[in-house]
Amino acid sequence: MGLSYILRRLLVMIPVFFLVVTAVFFMIRFAPGGPFSSEKKVPPQVLKNLEAKYHMDEPLVQQYFRYLGDLSRFDLGPSFKHSNRTVNEIIAEALPVSMELGLIALCWALLIGITAGGLAALKPNTLYDYIPMSLSIMGICLPTFVIGPLLVLVFGLWLGWLPVAGWNSWQDRLLPSLTLGFAYAAYISRLTRGGFMEIRHQDFIRTARAKGLTETQILTKHALRGGILPVVSYLGPALAGIITGALVTETIFNIPGLGRFFIESALNRDYTMVMGTSLLYFSLIFLCNFLVDIIYVVLDPRVRYE
Amino acid sequence: MPLSPAQSAVPQVLNLGNGGEPKDLDPHITTGVPEFHILMNLLEGLVSKDPKTLAPIPGVAESWKTSKDGLTYTFKLRKNAKWSNGNAVTAQDFIFSWVRLLTAETASEYAYQAFYIKNGKAFNEGKIKNPNQLGLKAVDPYTLEVKLENPTPFFLSLLFHHSLYPVHQATIEKFGSRWTRPENFVGNGAFVLSKWEINKVVSLKPNPHYWDKETVKLTEANFFPIDKHETEEKMFRAKNLHTVDDLPLEKLPVWQKDNSGVFKNHPYLGTYYYWFNCTKAPLNNKKVRQALSLAIDRDRIVRFVTRGGQIPATMFTPPGTGGFQPQSRLPKDGSQIAKAKQLLKEAGFPDGKGLPTIEILYNTSDNHKKIAEAIQHMWKENIGISAILFNQEWKVYLDNQHSKNYMVSRAGWIADYNDPNTFLDMFVSNGGNNHSGYSNTAYDQLIESAKKERNTTKRFAIFQKAEDILLEDLPVMPIYIYSRNYLLSNEVQGWHPNIEDIHPLKYISIATK
Repeated sequence: MGLSYILRRLLVMIPVFFLVVTAVFFMIRFAPGGPFSSEKKVPPQVLKNLEAKYHMDEPLVQQYFRYLGDLSRFDLGPSFKHSNRTVNEIIAEALPVSMELGLIALCWALLIGITAGGLAALKPNTLYDYIPMSLSIMGICLPTFVIGPLLVLVFGLWLGWLPVAGWNSWQDRLLPSLTLGFAYAAYISRLTRGGFMEIRHQDFIRTARAKGLTETQILTKHALRGGILPVVSYLGPALAGIITGALVTETIFNIPGLGRFFIESALNRDYTMVMGTSLLYFSLIFLCNFLVDIIYVVLDPRVRYE
Repeated sequence: MPLSPAQSAVPQVLNLGNGGEPKDLDPHITTGVPEFHILMNLLEGLVSKDPKTLAPIPGVAESWKTSKDGLTYTFKLRKNAKWSNGNAVTAQDFIFSWVRLLTAETASEYAYQAFYIKNGKAFNEGKIKNPNQLGLKAVDPYTLEVKLENPTPFFLSLLFHHSLYPVHQATIEKFGSRWTRPENFVGNGAFVLSKWEINKVVSLKPNPHYWDKETVKLTEANFFPIDKHETEEKMFRAKNLHTVDDLPLEKLPVWQKDNSGVFKNHPYLGTYYYWFNCTKAPLNNKKVRQALSLAIDRDRIVRFVTRGGQIPATMFTPPGTGGFQPQSRLPKDGSQIAKAKQLLKEAGFPDGKGLPTIEILYNTSDNHKKIAEAIQHMWKENIGISAILFNQEWKVYLDNQHSKNYMVSRAGWIADYNDPNTFLDMFVSNGGNNHSGYSNTAYDQLIESAKKERNTTKRFAIFQKAEDILLEDLPVMPIYIYSRNYLLSNEVQGWHPNIEDIHPLKYISIATK
């Protein structure tokens, strides 16, 4: 049962992936300007030579099939902008950085979010509830480009405890991951609180209480599994978003991650790089959602593979 | 020379904010300023520049002679010039490199820097196939003879440009486009490439084979690509950087008041201007263009909008370019508005009536927007002309500008070399960088004759005439002359602020304050 469900999900991915490749390929080609348009006018002869170098002198459809062919060999082609590197090489350098930043940020988000949310749910309508929940509203409202520089100002410049930018030592990881994780922590705390509050009033919790379990036992043994479900379903998109959507954090802290390449490549019309990063992001989002669906089934006995 | 005690005690490591991530470090491929900052230390041309005066000084060539007609340069190469792998730098290396620059397949955007060499242009366009027909000859391994198309008085200054640096033939033939990776790179400059992590750092170490290695004090230089000026400025304050590439506009007033000496401000060889599309009504009417140019207050723009010590552009060529001091022909402030109104009336649009709304095109950026808004306001206030603003993403903007699909379009020009020609030959009829559609035979002839004139006084007189025509016809509306605003730690020695913003690391050292 479970296996056929997983297989079905994976099979569905193939046509969707194909659609994404096609859409991105043609959309970026139809955008005005090209990789070689520059401020100083490029002489026609030079332009012709450049186009020949990247097979751009061929008809578009032929280029499309050439790209599909390369893709089937996992060759994402040379970058137009960074002319001595291939897209594969750039991704190999930048993706681990983004992953590391994203995973640390997610750990912060879970740690802060579940603690605050759980505390709030345990003592609703007290200061334990009001303070974390007010903070979380702030976290949701304040954008990273405000929080980041603020953290840098306080911990980097005024107190001088942590580096202001860079990606070398472990200290460099702290401020960017906190900046990135803050908004997610805020969401998670609200989801956790909501999930727990809902489950507290369910029959099986009342039964647990009736048989004389302590509040802590109820919380950890019975309520946690159900209460955390909304957080789990949020984790899929969050993980994908946190890895792919770190552009602002990466720029503020000058981190060599993939988010900067994703945006820059679109602005530079670096066709191969746009394709490479888009396809990677698509795969990541798909994979994260897929994993979450599986975990969901494991956690909630009511859900079955359908 | 022994190190002074202060120097030997301090680690000689320089950390620089360097703007964007380098596209490549192949001198024939790159076009940007961040790449040039790095390349001038990795490779050395025939001629270098004095870090203080910017005058040509011996580089790989220890001496040179010019023929009487100014058409032939003979360079004597120093025998101890070496590549970083120990090979000797020879005349043949320069010929290989310049032929590569001109070869169509290299697709160099700066190939035109070698068009001054005899047959350079014809070879690049494929009209001549044999590179032996170029005006380049290795008389012996250490003597290079260069024949030019015209006596190009700024030829020596051109040789400092990265496109004319030598490259190592065997390395390029072995590694192709990957020769610029740190593990493959072979250069002849004072430094070698030791590390290049994309979007993180480019590191340089001294070249052990460099002929003048005694002068080099630094043991390491790190160029950090930092897109965000705010980040750069914070890194400077945290002492992670010795210098920043640029400052955020909002921070300028703060640093201008700082008196610790780290804030640097000086003019820069570049002009900020608006193109007028001369091919379409109503801007094909010279009087309308003149009225628009008279109606803006350049002084207020630099004082209240850009605020970084820019100079109001009452001329097109920045004053002091190659020693040339152009006359002011445009009003610095809004003192000639009556004349602007008069011109508008003569053009058939009294008080702006009947004139279509002027569209100002600019690439998306806060600073460009602020300037465009100021100009929009001045036109409305002073001569009753309405304008609307269009911002477009960089590539779309370039596309529209190059295909003349605009009315008024923002632009800037930074000198390729320190000579008025780099600014003024842009406006010749059908010039590749002339996006206004402007054409004036008298102007073309002046620029052509300046290429042949060897007497500096006469040459500058020709350029002044060209400026006069340009500022009368106004295919462009000059707004301000660029300035550089940056921070430099007091620990850095041997760094001389200059209009070309050139700072060879060879002369730089770190000292305690």
